[in-house]
Amino acid sequence: MSFVRRNWLWLLAAVILLAVPFLFYDWTKGRHSGFALTLLSEIGVMAIFALSFNMLMGQAGLLSFGHAVLFGLGSYCTAHAINAVKAGTFWMPIELVPLVGGLGGLVFGYLLGWLATKQRATAFAMITMGLGELVSAAALMFMAFFGGEGGISIDRVMGTSLFGISYATPWQVYCLVLIWAFIAASLMKLQTETPLGRIANATRDNFERAQFVGYDPRIVRLMQFTLSGFFAGIAGGLYVMIYEIVTFDTLGAAKSANALLAAYIGGAGGFFGPILGTIVVVLLQSGVSLISSAWLLYVGVLFIVMVMFAPVGLIGLIGMHTPIRRIGRLGELVVPYLRAFPAALSVMLGFVLMVELASNITIGAAQGKKFAIAGMLINTGSPVIWGIGLLGLIGGGFWLRIEARRFRRRWDALIEDAKRQGVVV
Amino acid sequence: MTAIALNDVRKSFGRTEIIRGVTLNIPKGERHAIIGPNGAGKTTLFNLISGRFPISGGSITVNGQSTADLAPQEINRLGLSRSFQITSIFPRMSVFENIRCGLLWSQGYRYSFWHLLGRQKGLTEAAEALLEKLNLTARRNLLAGLLSYAEQRALEIGITIAGGADIILLDEPTAGMSHSETDYAVDLIRKVSEGKTLLMVEHDMGVVFGLADRVTVLVYGEVIASDAPAAIRGNAAVREAYLGTDQH
Repeated sequence: MSFVRRNWLWLLAAVILLAVPFLFYDWTKGRHSGFALTLLSEIGVMAIFALSFNMLMGQAGLLSFGHAVLFGLGSYCTAHAINAVKAGTFWMPIELVPLVGGLGGLVFGYLLGWLATKQRATAFAMITMGLGELVSAAALMFMAFFGGEGGISIDRVMGTSLFGISYATPWQVYCLVLIWAFIAASLMKLQTETPLGRIANATRDNFERAQFVGYDPRIVRLMQFTLSGFFAGIAGGLYVMIYEIVTFDTLGAAKSANALLAAYIGGAGGFFGPILGTIVVVLLQSGVSLISSAWLLYVGVLFIVMVMFAPVGLIGLIGMHTPIRRIGRLGELVVPYLRAFPAALSVMLGFVLMVELASNITIGAAQGKKFAIAGMLINTGSPVIWGIGLLGLIGGGFWLRIEARRFRRRWDALIEDAKRQGVVV
Repeated sequence: MTAIALNDVRKSFGRTEIIRGVTLNIPKGERHAIIGPNGAGKTTLFNLISGRFPISGGSITVNGQSTADLAPQEINRLGLSRSFQITSIFPRMSVFENIRCGLLWSQGYRYSFWHLLGRQKGLTEAAEALLEKLNLTARRNLLAGLLSYAEQRALEIGITIAGGADIILLDEPTAGMSHSETDYAVDLIRKVSEGKTLLMVEHDMGVVFGLADRVTVLVYGEVIASDAPAAIRGNAAVREAYLGTDQH
């Protein structure tokens, strides 16, 4: 019972994650939605990846611009292992295949980390960026291992399951991803509570002080980097199982940036922040990208907005409510939130409308796309529709300012009250 | 037995020689203060002893071992621990975790990622006992960066002594404190340096003469006197160079 009480959040997450695919289940055909499952699997994989990135950024204060290298190398190692099993030169149960990625990430994490962790702060970031470019370039040169531009293809139906599962369907793969995501996330959570994890925090806060309590910050950085490579490699291993192909873009800067975006948007300060960030980023990437060709712009704007107005990330924003919840007055924020919501929505819709109009005029029209809202064809040249967008954006902006000020007053009063009641802020 | 031995130690930054041949022996168990006017090189001397900067000439031994080419953490492992003039703690970690980090190495945990800290009873108890000694138990779970200035100074002394070092270097431990805070800090320093070697830089003459067994006066990188507090007070050269005639 105490296990349930201590781990209720994890258990709840497990139940929800197992249930979500059934929201997209096609009951008439008795089939899961392949798209939804792949999207959810992608979230699982990217969540592990973002958490491993945050072992560096959030925990150790190390900003890596080349973290995908470890992810991608884990993918390649796994792909070769699967092909070896298929060829009969090697045997291992399919369930444990992602571990090959983990070991690959571990070994390369140590090798590359040995170079990168000689420095910290900006110099560290620059070295990781260089390593990222280096390995990406190498991927196109060393055909035997990386398979050139075509990458390495696999067939995940290996027939070596411990439980007799074929892994022919996305549902089975999704379950495997979930299990590994839970294992990896709980191990990473536990790692934060070990001496190494804590000393990583210490070197982040004040590396010199850490030296004067007996620790070599270089070794702390290297070990943290290597372990983070292990988890990034597991994510890479699962990635190749989902898509059955690995190409050099898994190593690239864009993939590294994904982890950074997820950690920043979700919040690097809390352990679970990068998971929230991953959900947002993957939904934007894989969901919104189906509807809009300007999705990348939205990711960028979201990133800028978060860094400017909420550097603590989503998890930090949630955490800010804790003192108000403790004094039991969270309910008093409902009305101010509801009042601010339409204003924020107006700004967002106005912005999206203008971006979509511009995108349709510049690219969409050339591709022969029509611009429609709720089935109604819109003339993108019409000043009226542009006016609506502008009004939503600017008018909504002023409206939001007013509501934000009102919200602020209410918020400050509640925080003040929390302070008076001795709830630490 | 000598805890710290400096032999003709020199340090230059560029062409400027900051420490100009300091020879000093600090026996085990002594409470030793270094005083001197601003820019005399007191903090630099601390940085040389603790390995923050390499020396330009001469030699330093800590507990009988030469510190040449040793990194700060290696000198720390010889049994020397220090605090800083500008408060140096782990601001985004709790007060308790600050102290625990100070304990980890000496308790043999090193870089372990297979021990769960929550389960290490002895470690937790040691950290809590030290918090009690520092009078910080009530602040246990607060982020260290949110402590008051005097509390942060106390916490830093706690981190410094946590590892059980037998040589403690304190760089201006009472700087910026009020009278009552200073009195409290002096008591704390006396308590925690019991049976240990203490070397401190201090400007507050009340603190120096109240705590130190011996006082060394450093002026422009040179030792002009090193003697018992009473003798230092009576030393004409010191009065002229540093104390001034009207201060004491």
